[in-house]
Amino acid sequence: MGKISRRSFIKGSIATAGAMGASAVPLPASAKGVGAGELATLIDIGKCIGCGACVEACRETNGRKFPEPKKPFPKMYPPRVRTADWSDKRDVDDRLTPYNWLFIQYATVNINGEETTLTVPRRCMHCTNPPCADLCPFGAARKLKNGITRIHPDICLGGAKCKMVCPWDIPERQTGVGPYLQVLPNFAGNGAMFKCDRCFDRIDQGLVPACIEACPEDVQTIGPRNEIIAAAHARAKEINGYIYGETENGGTNTLYVSPVPFEELNKALEKGPGMPHMEPVADSMALADNLGMALLLAPIAGIVAGFIKFTGFSKQKSSQDNKES
Amino acid sequence: MEKAACNPYPSKAMTRFYMAVVAVLAFTGFGQMPIFKRYYLADIPGLGWSANFFVTHAIHYIGASLLFFIIAYQITGYFMRGRHYYSLTRSGWARVIFLVGLVVTGIFRVLKNMPDIVFSPNFTMFIDFAHLGFAMLFLFSCLGFLLFHTGWCEEDATT
Ligand code: SF4
Ligand code: SF4
Ligand code: SF4
Repeated sequence: MGKISRRSFIKGSIATAGAMGASAVPLPASAKGVGAGELATLIDIGKCIGCGACVEACRETNGRKFPEPKKPFPKMYPPRVRTADWSDKRDVDDRLTPYNWLFIQYATVNINGEETTLTVPRRCMHCTNPPCADLCPFGAARKLKNGITRIHPDICLGGAKCKMVCPWDIPERQTGVGPYLQVLPNFAGNGAMFKCDRCFDRIDQGLVPACIEACPEDVQTIGPRNEIIAAAHARAKEINGYIYGETENGGTNTLYVSPVPFEELNKALEKGPGMPHMEPVADSMALADNLGMALLLAPIAGIVAGFIKFTGFSKQKSSQDNKES
Repeated sequence: MEKAACNPYPSKAMTRFYMAVVAVLAFTGFGQMPIFKRYYLADIPGLGWSANFFVTHAIHYIGASLLFFIIAYQITGYFMRGRHYYSLTRSGWARVIFLVGLVVTGIFRVLKNMPDIVFSPNFTMFIDFAHLGFAMLFLFSCLGFLLFHTGWCEEDATT
């Protein structure tokens, strides 16, 4: 297995968080006072050695957020509704599950004539205009001002709409938890959905996400999105590499830099349930954005049409009034 | 009353158009919840699209545009001419209140879906549930008013 360059590249305002090695690495100075904009992360695929420390750190840090389902599950109607139970398979760490929000995906590619296995940390992309949050009917999936998309486990009913509209099928369901148990457990809902919340609570405390902190290779960096984009371009230029996430699904707050084209990487990736692709993705919300603009203009058209029509009535009426008088 | 000549009372065609738009909005609105697939509706031949959230969402937006058009058109008509001829019944006012609630929460939902607009999680949740709540109130009231034949307007005695 060949290894590719692991040179650290982020300089200046974006700190290489993992390098600090402390137990509580603070957010880079430029990422504090988050109001200024959204935070994004950059994952430099070429630097990852696939050690899995990030996966372990995520599970440890976020373990207290993992679902503790009540069993037996309520019977579902109609019977064809399937439950999802990962509670006895909590150890699974080679795909996304409600108990594993980050996993390492493998792809064997050819770099400069040398067969190389790339290891790619995969989790929620934290889209800048996330369809999961836009289309959640209950406000359970929500986008935060700092660029995090989070699903609130106490509001989510587990209908999995977020997963169906997510271009990468990221959220994973666990049956037997969440508020559906209190409403109509047999007829509506089916648990709750779980995924990476980009350690929102750590970010609130001014710390970097656990996976970033734990990485011995400084694979990930976090900072304001514009700085992360600039860093991604700089790195891509440096290694003759490629970027994923800048425009996918209208832009995401997770950017990848790869030494091989993403088309090639995607072909080589092991994909399947819980193992997302890296295909080009058009903006899922683009049509809604355009129709939304039309919607806001519709009342103006109505007023104009009404004005034209009823001005006619006024004239008719006044001429009739004149005749009658 | 010169009804035939120039009465700005909503025409039959307009009323039917409005009812069709409301039906489309109700259908695609409920289709925003993941229930059509679960309850076999999407299995009915020809209704497979109803389980595609992007499709029902787009139709809901188009329906909302038509509803906005109708509302703006009728309000213009009411203030320009209609108020000389008729006034709203109590059930008409109830529907106006529920519709205003639906429209306002709907606009906030549309804004929320725009890129670069982020509301606080609690406000988003409030808007989502309020939109659903107003939809239920509106539809149940419409059903009730339909059963009791309570119209929107009554002709003013003075006209
Ligand atoms: S990747 Fe999927 S789950 Fe994550 S924010 Fe985007 S749409 Fe939502
Ligand atoms: S950001 Fe936090 S929740 Fe997301 S994968 Fe990393 S450690 Fe896990
Ligand atoms: S900890 Fe860093 S090097 Fe190890 S698998 Fe995760 S991203 Fe790759």
